[in-house]
Amino acid sequence: MKAIAGAIRRSDARAHRHASWWAFALHRGSGLALAVFLPLHFWALGQALHGDAALDGFLRFADRPLFKLAEWGLVVLLALHMAGGVRLLLIEFGPWSGLRKDWIAGAAGVAVLAGVAFALALVA
Amino acid sequence: MRATGAAVEGAAGSRRAEGAAALAIAQARRWYWQRISAMVLAICVLAHLAVILYAVRGGLSAAEILGRTRGNWAFAAFYTVFVVASAVHVPVGIANIAREWAGVGERAGVWLGRAVALLVLAMGLRAVVAVVA
Amino acid sequence: MADALTVRVWRGKREGGFSRYQVPRLASQTVLDVVTHIQRHLEPSLSYRFACRVGMCGSCAMTVNGVARWTCRTHVAKVVGSNGELEIAPLANLPVIKDLATDMREFFDKWARGKGRFHGSRTRHDAFATVQPTSPERVAADAGIECIGCGVCYASCDVVAWRPEFLGPAALNRSWTLVNDVRDVQQSERLRAVAGDAGCHACHTQGSCTERCPKQIAPTLGIAGLKRRVARAAVRGELKP
Repeated sequence: MKAIAGAIRRSDARAHRHASWWAFALHRGSGLALAVFLPLHFWALGQALHGDAALDGFLRFADRPLFKLAEWGLVVLLALHMAGGVRLLLIEFGPWSGLRKDWIAGAAGVAVLAGVAFALALVA
Repeated sequence: MRATGAAVEGAAGSRRAEGAAALAIAQARRWYWQRISAMVLAICVLAHLAVILYAVRGGLSAAEILGRTRGNWAFAAFYTVFVVASAVHVPVGIANIAREWAGVGERAGVWLGRAVALLVLAMGLRAVVAVVA
Repeated sequence: MADALTVRVWRGKREGGFSRYQVPRLASQTVLDVVTHIQRHLEPSLSYRFACRVGMCGSCAMTVNGVARWTCRTHVAKVVGSNGELEIAPLANLPVIKDLATDMREFFDKWARGKGRFHGSRTRHDAFATVQPTSPERVAADAGIECIGCGVCYASCDVVAWRPEFLGPAALNRSWTLVNDVRDVQQSERLRAVAGDAGCHACHTQGSCTERCPKQIAPTLGIAGLKRRVARAAVRGELKP
């Protein structure tokens, strides 16, 4: 088969212009970001093992705009990943209702909501 | 002679089928445990988001956080569940990304998943102990 | 409406590239009309597949402007770029034999690997099997049996590109229809065949297959069903040979 046939072509970005694909991409991207963040988060909290001052030291270090922006981003990604995940659970376990594009919109809404709520809580 | 040959082939065939069954069962388990952990995490994440929104008001400080968590066994129980569910949930996705985008092989992918699970579990439980004990 | 179309067509065997052709624009023109015009009037050596040209056989599936479609059912007016440009390439995820024709053997081999073949236990001497058309299993099977193996879903699926051994949406959809066939006696073997990283568990619900299927079949639905069935069988010990 390999002797007679040529290269295998792959889909490019034009094949990805539909809502469900974007839902997948964001779900995977947010999951990866959260997975990378999680050990850092655990490490930071683990600082409390060295005493309150150690944790406080980290919190004061993290009290800068870039960190707060990253925290905001992570909250948004967390909300997005969770809502997108609920959509997947509905597709896999719920009664069939198509690719549930209303849930894609809903997930985006939940993420925006979480982002706004977090930003407000930060400045409160 | 032919009968023995057929018997050997039959044995090899049923071993293959058993191997296939074992793989299928393992994969099915990975799938439903990841979905079960996802359902648990959906609830945990909702609660955690609420906690985050409450905690960041007026800035974060060790005294405030630890004042809420130290000796709080309900907190410890909840976050232990959260950590365990995460240790089940995170590895499957990471292994998939490694296999599909980073060219990691099948066996290596399984071991990567186990390593991630151990990392999340160990560091997560350490963090819970750190803020509760 | 411009008078002429600028059409880029993939040409080549082992290596290839796009060749440009100017094709007269006509009303109600389909992409298959365009390809046929090129082969008949401009480039006799162009290789491509078609058969019924009326949207029934699925032979004319190609990648049009990056998206897998049936060219006989794709009106130029619907896909042409703002400057009258059209790009036609062979289906993705399949080896290219020449120009726009792909080697579909792996696609169909995967149907066999997914145990997409019916196995009954009755003979001509037995009475007919009675299957209620309104039963949930039959309704589920009926939703997927119209597949004609055109390959659009397979070409649209990124997991097929990322995991060469992945059976793909069409093969899994076919297996789903048979999993729901109450007359079939090879269910345990079939569930074993569709489980795992080469099977249903590798599907990430991207939904490109369901989005692009010209027959409005939803392989995403069937694959989700296979995941549930395999899990249930695994828990009940029914996957063992």
